[in-house]
Amino acid sequence: MTTTAVRKDGPAAVTPPPSIGGHARTYLSRVRGGDVGALPAVLGLIVLCTVFAVMQPSSFLSAGNFANLFTQGAAVTLIAMGLVFVLLLGEIDLSAGFASGVCAAVLANVVTVLGYPWWVAVLAAIATGLVIGTTLGLLVAKIGIPSFVVTLAGFLAFQGIVLLLVKEGTNISVRDNVLVAIANRNLTPALGWALAVLAVVGYAAVQLLRHRNRVARGLISDPIAVVALRIAGLAVILGAAVYVLNLERSRNVLISSLKGVPIVVPIIAVLLVVWTFVLQRTSYGRHIYAVGGNREAARRAGIDVDRIRISVFMICSSMAAVGGIVAASRANSVDPNTGGSNVLLYAVGAAVIGGTSLFGGKGRVLDAVLGGAVVAVIENGMGLMGYSAGVKYVVTGVVLLLAASVDALSRRRAAATGTR
Amino acid sequence: MSATPLLELRGIDKSFGPVQVLRDVALTVHPGEVTALVGDNGAGKSTLVKCISGIHPTDAGEFLFNGEPVHIGSPRDAAGLGIEVVYQDLALCDNLDIVQNMFLGREKRSGIVLDEPTMEQLAAETLAGLSIRTVTSLRQHVSSLSGGQRQTVAIAKAVLWNSKLVILDEPTAALGVAQTAQVLELVRRLADNGLAVVLISHNMNDVFAVSDRIAALYLGQMVAQVRTTDITHAQVVELITAGRSGALGLTTETGSNGDGTQPADSISGGLR
Repeated sequence: MTTTAVRKDGPAAVTPPPSIGGHARTYLSRVRGGDVGALPAVLGLIVLCTVFAVMQPSSFLSAGNFANLFTQGAAVTLIAMGLVFVLLLGEIDLSAGFASGVCAAVLANVVTVLGYPWWVAVLAAIATGLVIGTTLGLLVAKIGIPSFVVTLAGFLAFQGIVLLLVKEGTNISVRDNVLVAIANRNLTPALGWALAVLAVVGYAAVQLLRHRNRVARGLISDPIAVVALRIAGLAVILGAAVYVLNLERSRNVLISSLKGVPIVVPIIAVLLVVWTFVLQRTSYGRHIYAVGGNREAARRAGIDVDRIRISVFMICSSMAAVGGIVAASRANSVDPNTGGSNVLLYAVGAAVIGGTSLFGGKGRVLDAVLGGAVVAVIENGMGLMGYSAGVKYVVTGVVLLLAASVDALSRRRAAATGTR
Repeated sequence: MSATPLLELRGIDKSFGPVQVLRDVALTVHPGEVTALVGDNGAGKSTLVKCISGIHPTDAGEFLFNGEPVHIGSPRDAAGLGIEVVYQDLALCDNLDIVQNMFLGREKRSGIVLDEPTMEQLAAETLAGLSIRTVTSLRQHVSSLSGGQRQTVAIAKAVLWNSKLVILDEPTAALGVAQTAQVLELVRRLADNGLAVVLISHNMNDVFAVSDRIAALYLGQMVAQVRTTDITHAQVVELITAGRSGALGLTTETGSNGDGTQPADSISGGLR
């Protein structure tokens, strides 16, 4: 219909050439237009850390506490990563917490009671998550029960299944070395540095290749300085984190040495990269956003909406299984309350605080990690300051409410300014 | 314009339960022409379009595409033939950008990875080919576009796939004056580029502004299909409201609304 010669005066050429200032202005106008993204979570994190650092400089700022933050927040963050997929469709999974409990109970039964090797137990736990997710997804997509009701029923039923699996109130210990290591051991400092370098180099390679590809094709792309800044930013953050985590945090070095990046950190990082890739770079991920944005449009575009809806519940429950494994590892055991009490609400809170919209169509896996960090910092910092669990719940609730208000208000703002 | 019509429908019947919505409908659509499909609410325009696009199966009748008999059983069949429909409610995702919307459901990939640069280039070429210069960035979210711009994107999306027949369902219904002119100009350009265009519209001004032929549906029957130059505004209104206008339209009453002659005369009298 047209030749490449026409493209020169095409719509792409109308946009002014990119520059750092222009990039910053575009970002600012987007934020002002209501597209705040992860900004509230990042600001919240900075404010919370500053407050706790001032109030409790010795304990909150210690390397040991920094490492604790990761292991404390890991399970909730992992569950939240799966919840992002469900939230992207505007659905909810209230059963994710106890689904992780069921999977953890399966893990403990397989490895401790039945005596199979750790990897069989892990596979069994994740398979349990897949079965749970498939069931929930089928009920929501094929029968048409609202996800709120289906997963509320799941919430109650799975709570019972955990009780049945751990034989009414006793607990099952998890003593397998590999499983215990997940949330309780650290990488050697050298391995930590190696992985950090690998991550930065990989990120830089992806960013630079994409930039070169776009420039070569004559497409608008971010200025190279912005790309470099992004890479440098990641390098600084990772470098600082690995440096602090590699400091000695043992109270008495003569008895045992305690340093290095907790093993759970690279696990979260790998899952973050994998799921981000799936959401941003595959057509499956694109279809998830499409179904979340306008289900009818997605259906008319030939997307199998039911398949997408079922699959997000499968992803969510599988990630809940991973969260359950980490929780079991951290506690060295599974009891009837694993995945119970505040786990689910913290996970939903983490996703929403990070910037995932409850209305569907907007959110990233990174949101879950940022929001999980906020939740972990509140929990940890308030604990250090000696507040009771009651105060912690109230504060977390208020923060969640704030995050949901930011979401709702930014949508209104966006509707008013026409950016959404 | 050309000898063989691109799409020819013969004797299409369609019922929903006891309600017969389309009755022995015939329609010919020629490449390079805009065929306006007019009719009152409930005349069966949308049903006819859904039959052509494969959403509804037909009860009887045949489809000829480029003179060849074809069977359209699903939207995929229709897309395979090069038939694209731009729906009234646009069917765009607000949370995706222009390129993402244009390729939705048919993304270009290299391996399992989305091939964004190629998609962006193709989208830019398509928009440039339609002389669309109203959008500033291909990467802006559709939510930030005006109604006319959205309609433009929806039409460009339909054209992207080397489609041969584009069906537009009330493309100007929600638009202001300037935007309507913009979209009509685009509709005309599609036909001038050699595509066959079916335009569903209630607005007679739009119909007379861009169409080459007018097909009028009345209570599920195709009452007339004539060149736009051979018919007057008032005659089209009569065809829509009464199913006949002088020598045009229904010759014998089919008993669908009992005494059809009387209202036809009174309405035509009123308009003259």
